[in-house]
Amino acid sequence: MRPWSPLLSALAICLTASTLQAKEVVIVTSFPKELFENYKKAFEARYPGIGVVVKAKQTNEGVTYLRETRAKPEADIFWVSAPDAFQTLKNDGLLEKYAPPKEITAKIPAKIGNFPIHDADGTYFGFAISGYGLMWNKNYLQGHKLPAPKEWTDLTNARYHGHLVISAPSRSGTTHLTIETILQAYGWEKGWNLLLNAGGNMGAITERSFGVPEAVISGQYGIGVVIDFFGLAAIASGQPVDFVYPPLTSVVPASVGIVKGAPNMEEAKTFVNYLLSEPGQMVLFSPDIARLPVMPDLYAKAPANYPNPFKTKMGGVDFNDQLSSGRRDIVNSLYDHVITFRHKELKDAWGSIYKAEEAAAKSKGANVTQARSLIADARKHASQVPIDEKKASDKEIVAGFRGKSGLKAQMETEWETAAKANYTKAKELADKAAGMAK
Amino acid sequence: MAKSEAAPALCFGEKTDWLPAAVMAALLALLFVFILYPVVRVLWVSLADEKSQLTFIHFQNFFLRPLFRDALWNSLFSGFLVVLFGSLIAVPLAYITARYEFRGKILLQTLTTLPLVIPPFVGAVAFQQILGRSGTVNLLFMQWFDFTIPFMEGLTGVVLVQTLHFFPFIMLNTAVSLSNIDASLEEMAQSMGCHGFRLFRRVTLPLVLPGFIAGCLLTFIRAIDDLGTPLMLNYKNLLAPQAYLRITTIGIDDVDGYVICAVLVVLSLASLLAARKYLSLAEYATVQGARGVIRPLQGKRLAFVFLFSALALAISLLPHAGIFLLSFSKVWSFSVLPTRLSLDNYAEILFRVPHFIKNTLLYTGLAAGFAVTLGAAIAFLLLRSRLWGRNLLDALATLPLAIPGVVLAVGYIRVFHGWDFPGVGASLTSTWFILVIVYTARRLPYTVRACYAAMQQVHPSLEESAQNLGANRLRTFLRVTMPLISGGLVAGALIAFVTTCVELSSTIMLVPRIEYGPISYGIYVYMQSPLGRGAGAALGVVAILLVAVGTYLTHRVFGGRAASVFRV
Repeated sequence: MRPWSPLLSALAICLTASTLQAKEVVIVTSFPKELFENYKKAFEARYPGIGVVVKAKQTNEGVTYLRETRAKPEADIFWVSAPDAFQTLKNDGLLEKYAPPKEITAKIPAKIGNFPIHDADGTYFGFAISGYGLMWNKNYLQGHKLPAPKEWTDLTNARYHGHLVISAPSRSGTTHLTIETILQAYGWEKGWNLLLNAGGNMGAITERSFGVPEAVISGQYGIGVVIDFFGLAAIASGQPVDFVYPPLTSVVPASVGIVKGAPNMEEAKTFVNYLLSEPGQMVLFSPDIARLPVMPDLYAKAPANYPNPFKTKMGGVDFNDQLSSGRRDIVNSLYDHVITFRHKELKDAWGSIYKAEEAAAKSKGANVTQARSLIADARKHASQVPIDEKKASDKEIVAGFRGKSGLKAQMETEWETAAKANYTKAKELADKAAGMAK
Repeated sequence: MAKSEAAPALCFGEKTDWLPAAVMAALLALLFVFILYPVVRVLWVSLADEKSQLTFIHFQNFFLRPLFRDALWNSLFSGFLVVLFGSLIAVPLAYITARYEFRGKILLQTLTTLPLVIPPFVGAVAFQQILGRSGTVNLLFMQWFDFTIPFMEGLTGVVLVQTLHFFPFIMLNTAVSLSNIDASLEEMAQSMGCHGFRLFRRVTLPLVLPGFIAGCLLTFIRAIDDLGTPLMLNYKNLLAPQAYLRITTIGIDDVDGYVICAVLVVLSLASLLAARKYLSLAEYATVQGARGVIRPLQGKRLAFVFLFSALALAISLLPHAGIFLLSFSKVWSFSVLPTRLSLDNYAEILFRVPHFIKNTLLYTGLAAGFAVTLGAAIAFLLLRSRLWGRNLLDALATLPLAIPGVVLAVGYIRVFHGWDFPGVGASLTSTWFILVIVYTARRLPYTVRACYAAMQQVHPSLEESAQNLGANRLRTFLRVTMPLISGGLVAGALIAFVTTCVELSSTIMLVPRIEYGPISYGIYVYMQSPLGRGAGAALGVVAILLVAVGTYLTHRVFGGRAASVFRV
């Protein structure tokens, strides 16, 4: 087959060419294009001869990718927002230990609030600070005559029913942190009550972090739960949106780590050093990135009105990293099975509850008191969490969620069965109450 | 494909000789390595317990969990509805294009293929911008009548979008069956006094039914395997998204994801087998090479046809219109139309970052070339030899129709990662060539079908006479067979090209680095930033244009038989 041979040799050349490049550093990241493109340009200009290669993946996909390729790693750097993803990788032994030069680390404080910026064992390093909050579409709120939100508890406002959007915490490292922040701020029981009520108000639960700002920017939904730079970057790019940090929030570093057995170890270290150095930190101020540096001195050079997490009192929640990463699998799966996968039932139940409450508020009939108690009962059913705090961090259960045993399947089945029964019951009670109040 | 009984006697000598046998062995080995083995590696997880021993406990668990039972039921139910509603649009269109001749027919055929191409993510945004809860249509309804219609909510939305997305499969299959019906059969019935609806019910319908049902089953497979639609509507209680979410979030540790994949594969295989059984019945019913009657269309009928097609197209091309608008927009937020327009998106993808388009052309071009070469070889062996293993070859080459892209991609990572490919010095998964391989494998069923259809129409006696005149086998193949089937080869290549342009499910798992990404990956990357929507949409427009040109050329080259390659 003669026509084949030139084609094959051309292919062989292409394939070898791709592997014979000069020095490079291979980065797995979940950050948006603007962020890694800016850094790629800046880094390559500063270190000519080292090419930056980007593999854009979601946080969890990135973790899966590093696990699947551990026998022969192809990536050098793991670079995402969620600290607990790093915790997971560290526990799996997938991160390399490294100590950046003293003159670089000296300018970065040890902690932001109560949260250590770098890993104590030197496997990952905070390079930027993120807060979590709410972004909204101004046109949308105006069109639907809705007020702007201020804090997490606003998410349970009856008027927002069907107007909110969030991404599933199992799909988005940053949403998981937000969920944890709420759980740690309000406590397990109350936190879940809030989350379940807010879940009933969600119009949609997306499977990508960016699905949330996308839905808010395009005006499909009014208010979204997001990490700060999604909101800030959208404002900077001229979209009709706004963003707020709720008073109770946590401030958490976004980190970078070197992959265990990285094929380009020296280049990887150069990249980490660059990220933590002053020129690297300055890149964060670009309007299309809009993230907060970890170097407090730099805020003197920040654009006007830039939030400074080291000065203003942001937070109010001392985020407990150990607790969060310990029960991560449980919290994510619980959220999925009682909210994401039973979203329709949950949303319907809360819709009925709000209708019943409205009817009860207007009604002057004799049955109002009875209706009110039915509604209270309905609320209880629609905001009940099927597992207590102690169990969620129970060692046996946590281990069961990692392994191949049937425990995980059994618990998940229990949760979603309970959820479905509760929400159906709640809807029944609320509908009955509405009928009485008429 | 038709059963082997239809194959003529071995043409090249009486003995089984080494060349076809060697080609057969090579093909089998290739398909085994790049299709069967990776899939089995993935599905094995669902059948293994902690000690890697065979167990069915995971499947038992699947049926015990209400969530999965719901997902299974929802998938079957929505698949059925998609087929039902899709038929309502597809059958009239099929009848029009197969039975009438009118100006703009190729245009109609091209446009009705476009719904098959909805670029990932931007397609979703465009759908939402047009039909979503704050989309153009609902905002207008709100202004005029003060109410909105939840087109895109829950399972209703999934059925609506999938119907508009997949109806061309039913249309293409039905059209081919219609144009294959021997005109004399209908004429005979007419001369014996059978007219109108009775003619349709007693003669035409039974002859068309197998092709139609094959189209329905193919649509059903695509609908239950479809990942993009439920994800864009945030509807997760279906089998495909459940499998995807579990595998990409939890990875190897989660058995349930693989169990769902296995269930999907079983469902698809069953549908595929059923479709082929029906289709093989159809081959007996029609006379080879027969052509149906094609009438010119005029007057009132033309007006009616025009109206119906315009309506069907207007609805099914709404997302494409949305993508087009989005690609010129800078701000389009809670308004009927974009409020700020710009050409910058095109400058970005054509001049600043042109590699997404270049890569797509390179990969899909190579993949189409490989898929056609392999397809021609396979079709040749199926039709012209009686070697052992033909049925196996046939089955392996058709298998990718039933395998979700994610499964194949995970299989490739499992099998090829960490194993240096001889002569490359790196594993296949770190080069862009892995994308060409996965595209080739996934589109092989289409090209085999195209080559088979083309080769079926070449009588072996032509080849025999060439050989009797002293030409050797290779020369006969190159100088006699090839020119005769070249139309089919080109069509097969174009179909492979067209269906690969916006492939996402395996691409997203396998792209080794951003510079190697094709259009679909480019869209994914752009959609992660607030200003990227426009650029992503512009890439989507490029993909749609590529597909439109490809489809138009296919119809030009292949005429009425263009659709036959979409069959099973």
